[in-house]
Amino acid sequence: MTDLAPVGLLAELTHRCPLACPYCSNPLELTRSHQELDAATWAQVFREAANLGVLQLHLSGGEPASRRDLEEIVAAARAADLYVNLITSGIGLTEARLGALARAGLDHVQLSVQDTDAATSDQIGHYAGFQRKMDVARWTQAFGLPLTLNAPLHRANVHHARAFIDMALAMKAGRIELAHVQYYGWALANRASLMPTRAQLDDTIAVVDTARADLAGRLVIDFVLPDYYAGAPKPCMGGWGREVIVVAPNGDVMPCHAARSLPGVVFENVRDTSLATIWNESAAFNLYRGTAWMKEPCVGCPKAEIDWGGCRCQALALAGDAAAADPVCDLSPVHGRLAALAEAESLAPPPAYRFRTFA
Amino acid sequence: MSIPRLRPGVRLHHDRVRNRDVLLAPERVVELDETARAILARIDGITTLTAIATALAAEYDGDPAEIESDARTLVGDLALKGYVNL
Repeated sequence: MTDLAPVGLLAELTHRCPLACPYCSNPLELTRSHQELDAATWAQVFREAANLGVLQLHLSGGEPASRRDLEEIVAAARAADLYVNLITSGIGLTEARLGALARAGLDHVQLSVQDTDAATSDQIGHYAGFQRKMDVARWTQAFGLPLTLNAPLHRANVHHARAFIDMALAMKAGRIELAHVQYYGWALANRASLMPTRAQLDDTIAVVDTARADLAGRLVIDFVLPDYYAGAPKPCMGGWGREVIVVAPNGDVMPCHAARSLPGVVFENVRDTSLATIWNESAAFNLYRGTAWMKEPCVGCPKAEIDWGGCRCQALALAGDAAAADPVCDLSPVHGRLAALAEAESLAPPPAYRFRTFA
Repeated sequence: MSIPRLRPGVRLHHDRVRNRDVLLAPERVVELDETARAILARIDGITTLTAIATALAAEYDGDPAEIESDARTLVGDLALKGYVNL
């Protein structure tokens, strides 16, 4: 049992997506459409989540607009009294559909754009979608929907950080996420093509600092570092099983969208078990919850309840043990290797992208 | 005359599980104390900050000037963080 209550629900409505971004955060093994939860089951999940304490719902994927019943799903989420955030590439939305979503009670739209340059944007997404994204941004304004511009940063577009900020201002977005790609899933497979150099990272930090000072009150700027260059790990998902619930397209419930990469962890499913039981009692949610599972150097660390040991998936991928300290931490024995790896890869010629495929 | 209004995508919400009032905004949940809640509940896009302070002073039997000053500080801070337009 736990006395914690989750704040956020990440609902991965589908793994289907017209884009094929090389940093896709979905697992390498994708759920097929016939395994997806239907809208009525999602409505039940939303009610259970709200009863558990969830306030904010993030509709994600894949591309959520690939679902024909997205309007019904949004309406059900608002009926459950959740704050409804749509995370979209814009592809699959039309003006009429966005209007219907606004009327269904959608609170906020997060629109991803792959680059400020149209040709590069389409090349990264492996899909000619730039113009539609610009249309979607315009429609959000017409329907009074607040907008966040999502700008995933990496080697091929990192020099456009300021241009992304100007794009957000031109779109009248209230917020921008300038988020360096995190290296799980497909992004880990493409790390050598995506990793920026330390100098490029320093440039984006300077751009963000200046823009935050100039644009306070006008544009909220959220910035995410590529953590290979960091010295302290992020509190991944706010700590395992502390703040966020992820429901995969097939109904599996996970503490983190990348948790499927951990071998031997069994995820329970909303078709069989209530969300409350899974959150409170399941083995998966209690596995790395709190601090009892920690090893050296996390045990007794004064930051143990600040970063909660960092990311379990990264610990497994880079230190070979999911219960080890996140190698991003400078107390991890393999930390030194991390920055060296990032620098070496970022300075070498980039290999061709391995695009995410859904065949 | 400054007329505060919540920015699009920001709304006041009663968190029934934790029995508290919060502001919900894109990727943010802001916990509100009683003073903040009382001020924000009166922000309707029509009423000036001065009128809000006057109403609160009458309701809580406080000094209107002092309450207006506190309200300006609070709303100014929320405006800088992107929750309120002035």
